[in-house]
Amino acid sequence: MPAVRNAHLTIMPGETVAIVGESGSGKSTTALAAIGLLPGNGAVSGGSIIFDGEDITHASEKRIVELRGSSIGMVPQDPMSNLNPVWKIGFQVKETLKANGLPCSPKDVAQVLSEAGLPDAEARANQYPHEFSGGMRQRALIAIGLSCRPRLLIADEPTSALDVTVQRQILDHLDRMTDELGTAVLLITHDLGLAAERAHKVVVMYKGQVVESGPALEILTNPQHPYTRKLVESAPSLASRRIETAKSLGLDGTTELLAANPDGGRTESIIEVKHLSKVFNLRGALGKSTDFTAVDDVSFSIPRGTTTAVVGESGSGKSTVARMVLGLEKATKGDILFNGTDITKLNRREMFDFRRRVQPIFQDPYGSLDPMYNIYRTIEEPLRVHGIGNAKSREQKVRELLDQVSLPASMMRRYPNELSGGQRQRVAIARALALDPEVVICDEAVSALDVLVQAQILSLLADLQSELGLSYLFITHDLAVVRQIADEVCVMQKGRIVETGSTDDVFDNPQMEYTRALLAAIPGAGLMLPPEVA
Amino acid sequence: MPENDKALTPVPRGKVSSYPIEHFVADVEETPVLPVDASTADGAPRSIWSEAWRSLRRQPLFIISALLLLMVIIVALFPGLFTSQQPNDNCLLANSDGGPAPGHPLGFTQQGCDVLARVVYGTRSSLMVGLFATLGVVVVGGIVGALAGFFGGWVDAILARVSDIFFALPMILGAIVVVQLPFFRENRNVWTIVLILATFGWPQVARITRGAVLEIRNADFVTAARSLGVSRMAALIKHVLPNAMAPVIVIATISLGTFIVAESTLSFLGIGLPPDVMSWGNDIFSAKSSLRSNPMALFWPALALSLTVLSFIMLGDALRDALDPKSRKR
Repeated sequence: MPAVRNAHLTIMPGETVAIVGESGSGKSTTALAAIGLLPGNGAVSGGSIIFDGEDITHASEKRIVELRGSSIGMVPQDPMSNLNPVWKIGFQVKETLKANGLPCSPKDVAQVLSEAGLPDAEARANQYPHEFSGGMRQRALIAIGLSCRPRLLIADEPTSALDVTVQRQILDHLDRMTDELGTAVLLITHDLGLAAERAHKVVVMYKGQVVESGPALEILTNPQHPYTRKLVESAPSLASRRIETAKSLGLDGTTELLAANPDGGRTESIIEVKHLSKVFNLRGALGKSTDFTAVDDVSFSIPRGTTTAVVGESGSGKSTVARMVLGLEKATKGDILFNGTDITKLNRREMFDFRRRVQPIFQDPYGSLDPMYNIYRTIEEPLRVHGIGNAKSREQKVRELLDQVSLPASMMRRYPNELSGGQRQRVAIARALALDPEVVICDEAVSALDVLVQAQILSLLADLQSELGLSYLFITHDLAVVRQIADEVCVMQKGRIVETGSTDDVFDNPQMEYTRALLAAIPGAGLMLPPEVA
Repeated sequence: MPENDKALTPVPRGKVSSYPIEHFVADVEETPVLPVDASTADGAPRSIWSEAWRSLRRQPLFIISALLLLMVIIVALFPGLFTSQQPNDNCLLANSDGGPAPGHPLGFTQQGCDVLARVVYGTRSSLMVGLFATLGVVVVGGIVGALAGFFGGWVDAILARVSDIFFALPMILGAIVVVQLPFFRENRNVWTIVLILATFGWPQVARITRGAVLEIRNADFVTAARSLGVSRMAALIKHVLPNAMAPVIVIATISLGTFIVAESTLSFLGIGLPPDVMSWGNDIFSAKSSLRSNPMALFWPALALSLTVLSFIMLGDALRDALDPKSRKR
């Protein structure tokens, strides 16, 4: 299986080049080939890799090892698994220095770490990876990657596991360091906005081939290849408007539905969350326990037929809010009013009925469908559980649902393992809609998907909202997505809501420092694009 | 070379290189843009099990072990098809330790019984002990493990400690002790042996099940089912258990072999099945006294035992490969 064909790219000294592509496009393979780290079952079958005038395509293992570290450095993707947990950070830096014949006294090690922006480097060097946060680990990895002053640094998705604000800090720092050292950088990313912001040159890969390459800004403003054009259109960080079809249609659709809904009680808000708190009891050693407040006095409401987004970084408590609204987690304090009824005080029977009306969609399209159930059984399950209809009418309903999420009815007998990520997410949406819910809670529902698929799912959600008058609670870490889909935004930080408002207000006129930082950290936020597009 | 970077505009405006960068566009024909998430509707649907079956069908390890086991099962069900001799009747001491003779291809035991007939008729009890002990172990261990893994908390704490205690007792040693109890001494038959083996065998299955259930109980599809209104118990039975079955099946297949060995060991020690029940262990036991003069009387039941156990273990290995979730992903 050729993973990459005919890829051609040049990196000039001191230049940053970004390879952009979706998962499976061959972007990592290309980079790994350059430093001879292809997995055992892979080999360069054609073409050449020339480093500093030297053909290293078929260089001996010895020569490649010589080059690695000293001339070509690497910052790997996952900071959680790329540091050896049993060795101190300092030791791991020292190892690199030693392997490349550089002085490796504790002072040198501290020097390297502090260059990467780790405060108090000497003490930090004596800590183990688990004592570091994700961002600090990534800094340590950057320190290791740059410790030997390589002429080329390969950074494979260096920040995709990190929160946006941390991502920005790390990338800023990487920029500064490589500028100072004159290091060339090969940046691999799935985020076109990030690539355009950080690189001189952008290389777009698709299905193992380079489809377009050129100056970063030109690629964005003047994409030529149809794939690049689609990518530019779909990149959430670049699109700055709400998904159009939904907005215009949506408003009419919703009003009609509201009018048609007799008991739709003219309640403004379908869900109202009041002073909600959740305290987790963390069990410590010897019966000692500490309280951890995951959600602290959170209040917001979801007006019927609209989308409210809860945005926050990891650990902000946003998912806990979602679980409480779903009734999967008991609230410690506060009320959740659904159509005016407090769901925290429902009995079993009432809870069972409530479940019909609020349904979730989860992040991981690979984990949210039971691999043992075929698509028909998956979508039919909610109907069966709630005893709706007979076998025949249920099959009819499943067909309708599949049609609503634009999947062919022939998919019914397939199993989740035969479906792509986007298709699975569609099935998950169909299952969520089976009981005709009024509210759908999307917990990072598009975060795991490739950009183009993400755009499709978002517009599907928007269309469904306008058709069915659904209300969404959209939990996400991605502000760019929020702008595309949400009417109202709540920004959460450390369990508290720090800012709420309509999407336009929050984006155009953020009040809080934290919100501003989040907005500024959207990759490509400050980029170009003439105002009429943006 | 570094001077070009000094000319950089501030980051938010994007970077401009001082090197000329050519704008390259690939031939559209060469890499046509395919529709995103195009659906494939051709071909028959494939469940996890049918995928596993497809990969199993092509594994020599599986084919060999399955054929051997099929053979063993047929022998156990219809021993009369494979020998015309009776294993216990017409044993003539005149034939004691005799070599192969017409109608007796494998020779005679010390008691002058036909070796082939004894091996053939011994299959049933050996296999029964293995099958029923495994069944018992899977039921008990499966239930304990599933409850411990799914509900966690104090349920887990109690069940895990209990199974740890049983786990710490070596199966054979425990069996030797229990067999000495009056009840078991007086009622030695296939069922008591099964009971004893299952008593000491279930913690292993419980551990495996608990691990598998723990991994699956937090999966999104379980949460999704719960938020559909599926009760905890129903979610455990309908979603968690079917997904946790694969490792349990593998361990059950492998331990089936070890139970057969355990029965033989007990019989060999003279405390397993009573001597009048034909089993491979009993045959090996009685052949050991004439090992020097007639090793073949020991060789044949031992070979039957080894082949059967080997095929169960090979089958387990093949199943493990086929059901491995990592190889299953697309």
